[in-house]
Amino acid sequence: MSMSALLQSFRDYAPAAVSRSERELTPAREEALRSLLAAGLPGPRSEAWRYTNLRALERRRFVPVEHAPAIDARPLADIPAPRLVFVNGRFAAAHSSLDGLPAGVELLPLSQALQGDDSRAVSFLGRRFNRDDEPFARANAALAREGMVLRVAEAVVVEPVVHLVHIGAAVDGVDQQWHLRCLIELHEGARLHLAEHWLGQGTHAHLATVVSHVHLKPGARLAQLRVQQEAAGASLFARTDAVLGRDAEYRRLDLELGAGLARHELNVDLHGRGAQVQANGLLLADGRRALDTRLGIDHALPGTRCELTWRGLARDAARAAFHGGILIRAGADGSEARLSNKNLLLSEGAEIASQPVLEIHADEVKAAHGSTVGRLDPNALFYLRSRGLTPGEAERLLVRAFCFELLDCLGDGALRSQAEQRLNDGLVL
Amino acid sequence: MLKIDNLHVRLGERDILKGLSLEVKPGEVHAIMGPNGAGKSTLGYTLAGRDGYEAASGRVEFEGQDLLAMEPEARAAAGVFLAFQYPVEIPGVNNTYFLRAAYNAQRKARGEPELDSMQFLKRVRERLSVLHLKDELLHRAVNEGFSGGEKKRNEIFQLAVLEPKLAILDETDSGLDIDALKAVADGVNALRSKDRAFIVITHYQRLLDYIRPDVVHVLADGRIVESGGPELALQLEQHGYAWVRDRIAPAAA
Repeated sequence: MSMSALLQSFRDYAPAAVSRSERELTPAREEALRSLLAAGLPGPRSEAWRYTNLRALERRRFVPVEHAPAIDARPLADIPAPRLVFVNGRFAAAHSSLDGLPAGVELLPLSQALQGDDSRAVSFLGRRFNRDDEPFARANAALAREGMVLRVAEAVVVEPVVHLVHIGAAVDGVDQQWHLRCLIELHEGARLHLAEHWLGQGTHAHLATVVSHVHLKPGARLAQLRVQQEAAGASLFARTDAVLGRDAEYRRLDLELGAGLARHELNVDLHGRGAQVQANGLLLADGRRALDTRLGIDHALPGTRCELTWRGLARDAARAAFHGGILIRAGADGSEARLSNKNLLLSEGAEIASQPVLEIHADEVKAAHGSTVGRLDPNALFYLRSRGLTPGEAERLLVRAFCFELLDCLGDGALRSQAEQRLNDGLVL
Repeated sequence: MLKIDNLHVRLGERDILKGLSLEVKPGEVHAIMGPNGAGKSTLGYTLAGRDGYEAASGRVEFEGQDLLAMEPEARAAAGVFLAFQYPVEIPGVNNTYFLRAAYNAQRKARGEPELDSMQFLKRVRERLSVLHLKDELLHRAVNEGFSGGEKKRNEIFQLAVLEPKLAILDETDSGLDIDALKAVADGVNALRSKDRAFIVITHYQRLLDYIRPDVVHVLADGRIVESGGPELALQLEQHGYAWVRDRIAPAAA
C-alpha cells in the first residue's frame, strides 16, 4: 500500500534541530516518525477512533509554516496580558506580553526553552507514545518545535489570568500544518488560572496538533479554560495528559465551538491521595463539523475524585462524539466519580454519540454516570413563542440555559467572565 | 377587538370545538365556564397558536387581522397573551432575562426600539410593586421549583410586564388556595383598563367572585350554549352543569 498524502506530509516536514539540547531529541523524534509511518492511521475498527473517520483527512497534504501570516489583532483586545500569542504555530513576540506576571512564574515559548538548557523540557519532549492508536501524538512527538513552558514555583498564587492564544490564519493557496507541545507545571501549593484560546481567522483548512502536559504537585490548584473557535475547515488534534499529586485540584472547562474536525483527548491521572479533577465541557457541533472528545480519568489512589459534566449539541450535518472513560484501580478505595453527559439533537441530519465507560476495581467507591440524547422540549418552545420569541430566539434561549451551568466550575472571577463571553459569542448561530 | 366566527377545531379524530362564536370588545371581561372536556383549554391554545390546534373551519379576527394565519410570536406581538393552565418550567433561564427577551422580541416585531437592561429593570420593578410581588421572583429560573400558586402569579406578572391587549387566562384559578386566588384576582383587577380585554376560562364560579366579568358564557360540547351577565355564573354554581345540558337538549333527558 502506498503511503497516504497525510503521512507523506508528516514525513516531508523534517525540521532541523537547532540547539544542542534539541539535538539530544533527534533519536526520539526519528523513532516517533518511524513508528507513525509504519503503523499508519487507525481505521474505523480502532476502538479509540470509531467516531472519527480519518479517510478524507488522510488524502490531504499539508505544508510546513515558513512564515506566520499577518493577523487581524482586534480579537486580542479582549485578551489582556500576560499572554503568549502563536500564529499558525509560530510564536508571535510582537503580540505577546508578560506584563503583570508575578515573580515565581516562568512563561516562555518552547523554542526559547530549547535554546537554553532546559533538561526538563527536553525530557518531556522525548516521551514515547507506544500505541498505534495515537498517531497524532506521535506526529507531535516527531515534529513539534514550538509550544509553551509555564511553571509556577511553590506556593506562588498567580492573580491575573494567564492567556495562551493560538490563531490559525488563512494563507493563500495552501493548507499548513503545525505542531505544538506545552508543559504546565505547578509546584506545591501553587495556584494559577489559565485561558487557552484557539481562534480562526479567514477561511482556512490547516491542521494542528497540540500535546499538553499538566503536572500539579501536591496541593497545587489549576483552573483552565480552553475555548476552541477555529475556522470551519480546520483540523485540530489536541491531547492533554495531566498528572495530579496529593490533594491537587484541577478544574477545567472546554468549549468546543469551532473547527471542521476537532478531537480532544483529556487524560487525567489522579496520582495522589485526595487529588481531584472537575472537567466540564461543551461540544457545539453545527454545519459539517465533527467533534470528538475522549476523557480518560485514572483513579490510582484512595480518596480521589472526579466530576465530569459535558453537554453536546448537534445540528445540520454535524457530529459530536463523547467518550467518558473512568478507571478506578484496585486500592483506590473511597474514591468518587461522577459523570453526566446530556445531549441535544437539534436537527434530523445531525448525529450524537455518547459513551460513558466506568471500570471499577476498588471498594467503597461512589460512582454515578448518566447520559442522555434528546430534543428541545416542544412545550417549552411553545411557551416561549407564545411570549413573543421567534423559534430561533426560543431555541437559543433554551440552548443557552442548557450550556450555562457548565460555567459554574470556573467560580465567578475573570476566567468565568471570559468563558461566558465566548459562550455567548459561540451560541449566536 | 376579537371576533370568533363559527370556529371548528379537531384534535386527531375528535371534534372539540364545533362552531364556537364569540365577540370581545376592548375593556370587556368575558368569563367562559364549562364542564371538563367542553373545549375550554382548546380554545385558549387555538387562539395562542399551539401546534396541532389548527382550525378546521371558521374565522378568528383580532383587530381586523386574521389571527389564525399568524405565528404564535406574531400573535404575542399583536397583543394576545395566554396565561397557561400549566406554566412550563425552564431551568437555567433567569426570569428577568426571559422577560426582557420576550418584551424586546415583541417590540422588535412591532418596529419599536428595544429597552436596555436598566430601562427594563425599572419597568419590571414598577410592575412588581403594583402586584405586591417580591424581588426574588426576578432572580429565579422561570417557574423552576415554583409552587402552583407561584407559577400562576408569575403568569400574571408576565402579563403585567408584557401589557397585552387581550389576555386569555386558562384556568388560572385551578389548584390555588384562597389566598393565592385572591392574589391572582387582585393582579388581574389591577391590570383591567378600557383598552384591555380579558377572557377568563374557568371551571368554577369562585374566581368570578373576585374578578367580576361583564359577560359570562357557558361552553358545552364545543359551542357557547348560553351567554348572560354575572348572574349566569351564580345559576351555574347552584344548578351545576347538568342544568346546562338539560337546557341544550331537554328531549334527551
